[in-house]
Amino acid sequence: MKKWNIFAIAVCAVVALAVTTFGGVHAADKLKIGFVYVGPIGDLGYTYQHEVGRRALQKALDDKVETTFLENVPEGADAERAIEQLVRAGNKLVFTTSFGFMDATLKVANKYPNVFFEHATGFKRAKNMATYAARFYEGRYIQGQIAAKMTKKNVIGYIVSFPIPEVISGINATMLGAQSVNPNVKFKIIWVNSWFDPGKEADAAKTLIDQGADILTQHTDSPAAMQIAEQRGIHAFGQSSDMIKFGPHAQLTADTDYWGDYYIERAKLVLDGKWTSTDTWDGLDKGMVVMAPYTNMPDDVKAMAMKTEAAIKSGALHPFKCPITAQDGKAVECKGGNRLDNGQILSMNWYVKGIDDKVPGQ
Amino acid sequence: MLETLSNILHLIFSENFILTVVTASTPLLLASSGELVVERSGVLNLGVEGMMIVGAACGFAGAYLSGSIAIGALCGIAAGVALSMIFGVLTLGLAVNQVATGLALTIFGIGLSGLIGAKFVGEKIVPAAHLDLPVLTEIPGVGRLLFGEDAFVYISVALIIGIWVFLYRTRAGLVLRAVGDNHTSAHALGYPVLRIRMLAIMFGGGCAGLGGAYLPLAYTPFFIPGMTSGRGWIALALVVFASWRPARLVVGAYLFGAVSILGLALQPLHLGIPQQVMNMLPYLATVVVLVLISRTRGTAGSAAPASLGLVFVPDR
Repeated sequence: MKKWNIFAIAVCAVVALAVTTFGGVHAADKLKIGFVYVGPIGDLGYTYQHEVGRRALQKALDDKVETTFLENVPEGADAERAIEQLVRAGNKLVFTTSFGFMDATLKVANKYPNVFFEHATGFKRAKNMATYAARFYEGRYIQGQIAAKMTKKNVIGYIVSFPIPEVISGINATMLGAQSVNPNVKFKIIWVNSWFDPGKEADAAKTLIDQGADILTQHTDSPAAMQIAEQRGIHAFGQSSDMIKFGPHAQLTADTDYWGDYYIERAKLVLDGKWTSTDTWDGLDKGMVVMAPYTNMPDDVKAMAMKTEAAIKSGALHPFKCPITAQDGKAVECKGGNRLDNGQILSMNWYVKGIDDKVPGQ
Repeated sequence: MLETLSNILHLIFSENFILTVVTASTPLLLASSGELVVERSGVLNLGVEGMMIVGAACGFAGAYLSGSIAIGALCGIAAGVALSMIFGVLTLGLAVNQVATGLALTIFGIGLSGLIGAKFVGEKIVPAAHLDLPVLTEIPGVGRLLFGEDAFVYISVALIIGIWVFLYRTRAGLVLRAVGDNHTSAHALGYPVLRIRMLAIMFGGGCAGLGGAYLPLAYTPFFIPGMTSGRGWIALALVVFASWRPARLVVGAYLFGAVSILGLALQPLHLGIPQQVMNMLPYLATVVVLVLISRTRGTAGSAAPASLGLVFVPDR
C-alpha cells in the first residue's frame, strides 16, 4: 500500500512538472525568448540591470514575444543544463548574461543550430551565437574627471573585485580622466576579492576613508560603500545601477548599464528573420552605458561632465586616446591609430602611469 | 622599514581601525556563541549560515515594516529559532543524520531568505543607533570604542559572558555539558537529554538569527539575497578554533575580524605582500591554532564534547 502511495505521488510530480515546463505550447505563435542570469534579480546591480532590459523588451513587444528567465544559475556544467532547458521549452532566442556562461552557451549553440544565442561579455562566437558587451570604461573616464575636480585631499578610494581586464580598464580610464583635469590625484585601491560581499565592501569603504580618501568609487556590486559615504559625509559613485537612494547626498553619478534597447533590437531581427551573429560593443553613444543624473556637485563640474559625455558620444574624445604612458614610464603602442584598439582594451592587464598599486598576481 | 612598521602600528591602534574590526566581528561572535552552546550539548548544527541569512531577511523585514530596530532584531531571533526547530525535530525527534540535516538547513535557508526578502530588496532603513553619552563618548582614543557602539555590540559581549557563567557556574550548565559529553549516562541519571538539546538548538538558532539580523540592521542597512556571504561558516570554524571554550571564542572572533580588516587596510600601504596572502591569513591562523590545540593536553586543550554529532535514541 505504502509503495503505491509513493508511486502515485511520483507520477503526480512528473505530470505537474511536465505541465509547468511545457504548458506554454499554446503560445507558440509568440517568439519565446529566454534569459540566463548569474545572480539574483534583486542584486541591485548587474543582474538587476539585465532584468530591467528584459522587462523593457517584454513591454515593447508584448504582443509578439514571451520572455522567461532563470536566475542564480551557477557558471559551469549547471549552466549548460539551464540553457538547454530553455531551448527545450521552446525558446528560439536565448541571452546568457555572464562571462562564465561562454563555453556552455557555445556547446548548446552547436547542438541546436536553429536557435539563436547571445552571450554577454565573452569572445567566442558561432553562426548562431552572437556576443554583446558595454563599454563601461567610458563612464569611468567621466567619473575620473568629476572625482579629480571634487576631491580636496587628492586621494580617491577605489574598491575593486577581481583583476580582470574590465576592472583594470575601468581603473585606468578613471585615472586618465582624473589626470586630464588634475595631475596630482592619487588612488588608494583595495581588492576585496568578491563581486558581492556587502560587509566587506563596507569595511573597505571605511578603511579607505580612514586612510584619507574623500571620494569613493567601486567596481563591486552592492550599495554598501555608497551608504558608508553617505554616513561619513563624503562623495561616491554608484556602480551598475543608480544608487542615489542609498546616497542621496553622496552619489555624484553612476556608471549604469542599459540593455533594453539592444534586447528589443535583437528580438526584432529574429522576428523579421534577419538575425545574424554579430559582435556588439556599445557605449554611451548607443545608450548601452547610461550615466545616472549628475548630482551633489557644483554647476561647473556638472557642465564639464556633460561636455565630456557629449564628446565621448560623438566620438570626438576616446578615453584611451594616445599617447598613453604605462606605469613603468614606457609609451603604450597604439594599435588603433590615435587610440588603443578594442583588443588592447579587452585584454588590459597593466596600469597607466600614476597608479600606485600592483595588478594582483603580476 | 622602521617607518613602515610605525605606519602599521599607527594603523592598528587607531580608534577607527578598531571600530571597523568591532563591527566586522560582532555578527561572527553572536552566531558562534549560540553554536558553541549547541555543540557543547552534543549537537552539530551546520545550518548556521542558513539561520543567519533567514535572520537577516526577517530582521530587515521586521525593522522596515515596524520602523523599529528592536522589533527587527526580535524578528531575526524568532526566525532563527523557528528554523532551528525544524532541525531539532528532524535530528532529535526523527534521529536524522545531523551533518546532512544541517547542510540542508543552510541550503533551505538561503532559498527561503530570498523569498522573504524579495519584496524588500532596494529598500533602506535607518541603521541601529550608536550609544552617545555626554562626556564618556567623547573621550579621545577609547570613548567611541567603549561608549559609542550600537546595542548589538554590547549584547554580543553580554551574551558570551552569560554563556560562560551558565556553562561553568550553574548546575544547568553542568547538566548541559554532561549531556554533550555522554548522553547515555546523562539519560541514565534521569536528565531529559532530548529536551535539553532542543533548548540548546533553539538558543543557537536565536543567536544565529540575531547575528544575521545584525547585518541589515547595523552593518550595511539594506537587504540583498546572500548578504551573509559565508559568515555562518566562519562562525562554525570559530567554535572549533576556540576549542569549544567561550573565552577563546571572544578572542577568536575579534582576531578573525581584525585579520580580515587588516587584509584590506594594509593593501594601500604597499608592503609587497600579495593581497591574496593577506586574504588567506585568517584561515591560515585557524589552521595554526588547531594544530597548537591538538598538541596541547589537559585544561589548556580542547573541550570538544565527546558525544558531538552522535545520534541519541532514548531506550525509554
